[in-house]
Parts: sequence; structure tokens; C-alpha cells
Amino acid sequence: MPAPIRLRELIRTIRTARTQAEEREMIQKECAAIRSSFREEDNTYRCRNVAKLLYMHMLGYPAHFGQLECLKLIASQKFTDKRIGYLGAMLLLDERQDVHLLMTNCIKNDLNHSTQYVQGLALCTLGCMGSSEMCRDLAGEVEKLLKTSNSYLRKKAALCAVHVIRKVPELMEMFLPATKNLLSEKNHGVLHTSVVLLTEMCERSPDMLAHFRKNEKLVPQLVRILKNLIMSGYSPEHDVSGISDPFLQVRILRLLRILGKGDDDSSEAMNDILAQVATNTETSKNVGNAILYETVLTIMDIKSESGLRVLAINILGRFLLNNDKNIRYVALTSLLKTVQTDHNAVQRHRSTIVDCLKDLDVSIKRRAMELSFALVNGNNIRGMMKELLYFLDSCDPEFKADCASGVFLAAEKYAPSKRWHIDTIMRVLTTAGSYVRDDSVPNLIQLITNSVEMHAYTVQRLYKALLDDISQQPLVQVASWCIGEYGDLLVSGQCEEEEPIQVTEDEVLDVLEGLLVSNLSTPVTRGYALTAIMKLSTRFTSVNRIKKVVSIYGSSIDVELQQRAVEYNALFKKYDHMRPALLERMPIMEKTASNGPTEIVQTNGEAEPSVVEAKHPPPVTQPTNQANDLLDLLGGNDVVPVIQTTVPTKPASAGGELLDLLGDLSLSGGPAPAPATSVPSSQPAFLLDGLTSPPLFNDIAAAGIPPMTAYNKNGLKIDFTFERANPNPNIAVITIHASNSTEADMTDFVFQAAVPKTFQLQLLSPSSNVVPTLNQGTVTQVIRVLNPQKQQLRMRIKLTYTHKGSAVQDLAEVNNFPPQSWQ
Amino acid sequence: LLFSRQGKLRLQKWFTPLTDREKKKVIRDMMMLVLARPPRSCNFLQWRDLKIVYKRYASLYFCAGLEDKDNELLALEVLHRYVELLDKYFGNVCELDIIFNFEKAYFILDEFLMGGEILETSKLAVGVSMEEADTLQETMEEYMSKPAY
Repeated sequence: MPAPIRLRELIRTIRTARTQAEEREMIQKECAAIRSSFREEDNTYRCRNVAKLLYMHMLGYPAHFGQLECLKLIASQKFTDKRIGYLGAMLLLDERQDVHLLMTNCIKNDLNHSTQYVQGLALCTLGCMGSSEMCRDLAGEVEKLLKTSNSYLRKKAALCAVHVIRKVPELMEMFLPATKNLLSEKNHGVLHTSVVLLTEMCERSPDMLAHFRKNEKLVPQLVRILKNLIMSGYSPEHDVSGISDPFLQVRILRLLRILGKGDDDSSEAMNDILAQVATNTETSKNVGNAILYETVLTIMDIKSESGLRVLAINILGRFLLNNDKNIRYVALTSLLKTVQTDHNAVQRHRSTIVDCLKDLDVSIKRRAMELSFALVNGNNIRGMMKELLYFLDSCDPEFKADCASGVFLAAEKYAPSKRWHIDTIMRVLTTAGSYVRDDSVPNLIQLITNSVEMHAYTVQRLYKALLDDISQQPLVQVASWCIGEYGDLLVSGQCEEEEPIQVTEDEVLDVLEGLLVSNLSTPVTRGYALTAIMKLSTRFTSVNRIKKVVSIYGSSIDVELQQRAVEYNALFKKYDHMRPALLERMPIMEKTASNGPTEIVQTNGEAEPSVVEAKHPPPVTQPTNQANDLLDLLGGNDVVPVIQTTVPTKPASAGGELLDLLGDLSLSGGPAPAPATSVPSSQPAFLLDGLTSPPLFNDIAAAGIPPMTAYNKNGLKIDFTFERANPNPNIAVITIHASNSTEADMTDFVFQAAVPKTFQLQLLSPSSNVVPTLNQGTVTQVIRVLNPQKQQLRMRIKLTYTHKGSAVQDLAEVNNFPPQSWQ
Repeated sequence: LLFSRQGKLRLQKWFTPLTDREKKKVIRDMMMLVLARPPRSCNFLQWRDLKIVYKRYASLYFCAGLEDKDNELLALEVLHRYVELLDKYFGNVCELDIIFNFEKAYFILDEFLMGGEILETSKLAVGVSMEEADTLQETMEEYMSKPAY
């Protein structure tokens, strides 16, 4: 097999590919060659092949078949192999593959290798991707290397130890003795890594922290080192723009921060050096600022004296004015952290921060916004709010949601007056309405209800806003709710705070209807609008228009709207006497919690209709079950099956299905399906007693219609008793009583009925479907017949039951209805 | 992460274990975020719970993800130091150098950082270790003639 191409060749060839497809082709060809080469256990070129594989991996192609090869390379004696092998291991393997455990032995051997670079490679790999098992196994080796005098190895071992501790915190103790002498090293590399190691240990374990503070006298040591760094002359290898070894300085500062936090003694020891660093560091370059930044963070965290703290905040203030964006960003971030503790000091810089809101940079704007919200208090609320609202107008969409919520929270806490509060909210809604969070709508409504004296003013302003623009959904929702509640105030023109506007009832209704038809309104908004219209029926005088609107929407496609409309319709027709009571003003709500919209929603006006819905059964439901069994039965004369059964108002669970007998042809052009309406029937009906069971119409005055026997055959007797339904006198309620005079029970008793076209019939569920023997009991079932044209009532009935083991079916016609039942 | 203006990845180093899919996603997100930044903006971003520091050198973006407690300004220095090291090693480094010698770029990175922390703060020291390690790397003839194991 010819020698596989060199890595550079491959790279060059791939780069010449002009399209993605060409590139993929080349890569696949090469991959195939590599794979066969691996299969052949070709030792000489393995290194080259794996290197190529790594390149392809970086381009994004799968390379997992090279994992084992990496292991073989690591095991090889050649340095080149090892180097590539370890690199491959770091890139391709990680702790999730089981293969990596095979590396452990190799690494162990390499850690004891004679060449320090090999040892270094092993440490590096272990330190970057060692899993907890590997770390456990090899920690001892690492610890040994930590004590060696070779600084190259020592620093690597230190960082490796850091990684081990991160993976397996229990092993921290093991490294403790080795750390004793670490800080006395001269080599910066070792110093740096030791500081990192110590930092890690202190962060992880408070015991270690205490130990280091007391026994090791770590703080003085660190202070000394830091001093040397600052004072000592120019050292070319560690220098960055005139500052010697900033990396080390920053790391030491960080460790000092951890040591000094909460501990007076340590903090005292540090004060001097921190002051020195803060004042002496050059700030013209980024490096200097990096050190200052770390210093400020440290001063903030430890128990420093107040002079030092003032110094720190001033440094931050200077940062804010700096031209460099990075520095400003960093300043804003740290101010955010300190605003809790040093509130007053940060307030001094408030104007600068507010200016940052106008900066072009997105990151800065975000930080400035967060900080501004943190700085808002009772004194500066008006000014700040003006700025923030201006910001809200002009900022990017990604900020608007957060800004709006922030504004609401701030307004809630610090609003100087109710009117100001409402004005602010209105402003937010009009400018950023579509970004406002959903739960703010109920909160707002609750707020408005609570500010009783502002109702007129509020509703007027909302109405005007609505006239301008109906695209912002939350605004529209709140506005329509308010108009519904306080429409009378609007029309009567009482408003002390502003010039009252002259609005007529029709105009208001126009606006609300406009909402209903507009394409911009979401279904939720339409629901609000419809309910508002309904509420106005008790507050306005032009009820007819409202009735018309409501009945139109009874046939809307949207199920929610339809349900509402249908029920409101019912309110008009049957329950008119209850309407004012139901639709009266909402009481002032107790604010449960600002995060608990669920409870508020319960008492919210929106919930009212749904509560009302649950209380009375759907009066006019016409599900569209199209099966027309009875049509066959009746042989197609003009008697058309009209029967439909509704879900029974008893909590009998399967009642609806039980009697879902026959087809429906809705005669009166009633609404299209509204199946959901009948569901809440299981709710207790404390509001409207007597409406939830077949004795539904018991409050009806018995109209004195004589009962009759409809059917009497084979021992089965069916009697009809009549009543007139209240409030609609056109409905006759017939209760059938089926009794059985034979010796055997009639089980699976099903009663079906059909009436002529001009009638509507509704069959409710029977009391049971077993007619007990020997007249011991009866099965009752309620039929409601609507007879708007007052025609003579005729009925066909079909009976099916099982008697003495055999199924019986019978048809009969009932013509002997007493005249009073249908007149 | 190192990537070019056209969105090609040149180097990646991960210090926390992530699945391949997650890595790809992170790379994609980073590229999108960083490449979209206007030229004069701040070098820091917030992404999920990490701070992202990026710096642009000619046509390459150097991008690093930091934890909350790390110093961002210092990270900029770290990125700069790495570029200096590359420059010293390759002599006036350019993107092509990194493309064709990516394994060397990785080796340099490994001498400078480990486990996400700085290993060696002296430029000189890093340079010296690289040189010595390179001499250990066998020449072509030695490689072919030495036995496998």
C-alpha cells in the first residue's frame, strides 16, 4: 500500500475544495484510507494518520474510530507518537467513553518516565481531561511530582492537582503537606500554579481555609510576594506593558480576597498592600486596569476599612468615565455586585450610570439597565422613571420585556401617588405593550380595582388609548376590562383629574365591537371584549344592541367565544333576573402575592363568567352527532328524529354516552357544536339550586296537565306525566315512568323517542336501565319538548330491553297526548 | 475557540466534559454571537451562565468562556499572551500558520494553559519548553528506522 499522504498535503488538498460536497468527498476517501491503514496495524504511519484524523475532526467530521489508535500511540516509545497520541486523547476522548480508562496505565508509566517532557505530557493530559477514576488512581503519582525540585514538573503537577481536587474533592487532604514549601519558590510559574492550587483548596473547604489562615501564615507570605512584585525592577520575561507579571498579581489578589473574607485579622494585614496596589498601578493600559479591577473586588469583599472602600468606589467611578467600553462594562458589573452593600456610594454615580443607558453597545446597555433598577428608591423614582421610560421607547426588543417588568416592580414599590402609578403603567403599555409579560395583566387589573377613586380617570385614559391603537394586546385587554366594569363612569363623564370627555354609549359599544372583529385581536382579547360588552348590559341602557352582538357570537367559530356568547344569551333569556347580580362591580381584591396570579385570576372578572357557567346546565346545546338511526326506523315520513341527548346534569359519568342515541338535525338553526359547555355539570350548584338534576323543573308550577299512558304491552307500562318548564313556557317536560308487571326484571332498558319536524326534543338520562319486576319500582326519564308552533304533539317511541334472557324490541306511536300538553 | 471570519473553526480546547452534540452547539452559538458583534463594541458578552471574552486579530476571532468569578480584563490579557507566544514561535504568525501547524498551536497552548488555568507566566519559559520538546521529536529517518515498541 502506498505511503499515506502527509498531513500538510492533506490540508492543502482539502483547502482547494471549492464546495462543501467536494470537501466531503475528499475527506471520505481519506478516511477510508486511514481506516484500512488502522486495520492493517501499520505502525510507521499511525502517527501521521491520527494527525490527519484530528484535522478532519476539527472540521467537524466524525473521528471516533481513531480513539483506540490514540491509545496505541501513547503506548509507543517514540516521542512524536506520544505527543500526537496525547493530543488526540485530549481532543477525541473524554470521561464518557470507557476507552479512556485504558489510558491510565500508560499515563502512570509516563509519569515516571525519565524525560520530563514525557512526564509533562502525561500530566497535561491528566490535568485536562482526567476522569474521577483516573484521578483517584494517579493522585499519588501527582503528589510525588509536586514535591520534586524540577520546576517545570512542579508547576504542571500543581495544576494537575487542581484538576484532581475538582474532580475528587476528598483527595484534597493528600496534597496538603506538599503545599508547605510551594510559596518559597522563586520560579513564577510554580508560584502562580501554587497560588491557584491554594485558591482551589481554600474555596472548596472552609477547614483548609482556617488552616491556612492560622498555621501557615499565608497572608503575610502573599503580601510579601506581592510587594516584591510591585517594587522589584523590570523583569523582561514576566513583563506586560511595564507591569511585572500581572497574572500572578491578579491571582494573589484573588487568594487574598478569599482569605480575607469575613476575617478581621487577615483583612487588616492586607489593607496596606491593597491601598498600595490601588494607588500605584498604572491605569493607561488594560493590564493595569485588570489589576485594579481585581483589587476593587477584593476590597469589596473583605472587611476593609471605610477609607479603602471609598477608594474602591472611586476607582469604579473613574472606570465609568473611561472611554474604553470594556472598562465601563466591568465597572457596571462590579457596581451591580456592590450596590447591595454600599448603596449610598453607588448612588453618587447614578447620573453616569443613567447616561450609560444611552450607549450604543448592547452589553453595556443591559448592565446599565440592571443597575438602574437596583438604584431606584423612593427619592429618585420620578427622575429615574422618566429616564427608564425613555429607554424603553428606544431600546431593542430583547430588552423590552425585562425593562417593562422592572418598571412595573419599581413602580409598585415606590410609586409616589396612585395617579402617577397608573400613568406610568399606561405609558409602558402603550409603548411596549406587546412585550409585557402575561401575568402583568391580572396584576394591573387588580391594582386598578384597588385604587377606587381613580376609576373614572383610569377608564377615561384607557378609552382614549384604545381609540388610538388596538394592536397592543395587554393594553387592549386591560382597557376592555375597565370599560366593562366602569363604563357608566365613562359615559356619565365624571372625572375630576382631567377634562372629562363626552362619550356616548354607542361609541363605547362601537369600540368594543371593533375589537371583536379586528384581526389584530387575539382570542383572549376577544374574550375580554365580549365579557365587557356583557357587563355593560347592566350599566348601559341600550340593551338591545348588546343582545344582538351576543347572539351573533353564539355561532362563532372560536369555541371559547361561542361558549361565552351562548351563555350570555342564556342570561338574557332565562336568567334575566339574575343578570344584574351577576354582572355587578368587582369587589376590591386582596393582593395575595405579586407572583401568584392564580388566585387573583380566580376572583378576576374573567373568572366570573366561568363560575357562572358551571352553575347552570347548558340550556341549548345541539351536538352534531350525525348518526341517524331512527330515520331508518321511521321509514322516512315527515317525522324526523330530533332527539338529542345532552350530558346529564347528574354527575353520572357516562351518562352522555349512554344516551347518545340518535341523530340530530338541529331545526332552529341553532349554534354549531358547543360540546364543552356541559362539562362542568359536576360542580355543586349553590348559586342556582334546583338546577342540577332531573328534578330540574320541579319549581315549575304544575300546569295541571293530566298524565297519560303511552304504552302498555307485554307487562311493560309507560306513563307520561307533564309539566311546563319555567321560565320558558313553550317547553313541555314529560316524565316517563316505566314499570314492569312481569316476574322477571327487564334489563338494559332503553327508551328512545322521535317527534315531528316542527318540534325539538331533548331526552335526559334515565334513572336506571333496569325495570324491576312486579311493579316494585319504576324507571323514570325526562323528555323535554319544545313546541314553538303549537302543533299537535305526536311521538314515536322505541323500546329495547332484555327480558327473561331474550332481547325485546318494540315500536309504538303515541298520539293520545292531552291537548294542554302542546298548547 | 479560534475561528475565522467565515466561520471556520481553527482550534478548540475544552476544559469541561461535554458531549459532541453539545460542543457543536456551543461552537455554533459562539460563532453566531461573536461574528454578529459590531466592530466598536465591548469585548464581553453574557451567554447562559458564562462570560464570553473575545478578541479579533486580523481575520481570526479568539474566544474564551469564563466562569462567573474570573476576571474578564485578565482574560483579554491571556488571549493576547497566547497570540504573542504563537507569534514568537512561528515568527510573524498568520492564519495559515495556524491552519497548517495546528498541532503545534495546540502544543503551545498546552504549555501555557492547563485545566483552564495559566501554567506559565513567562514567555521565555514557554518558548524554551517548546524548543526542547521539538528537539525530542524524532526526525523522519530516525522515526522510520526505530523499532515500533
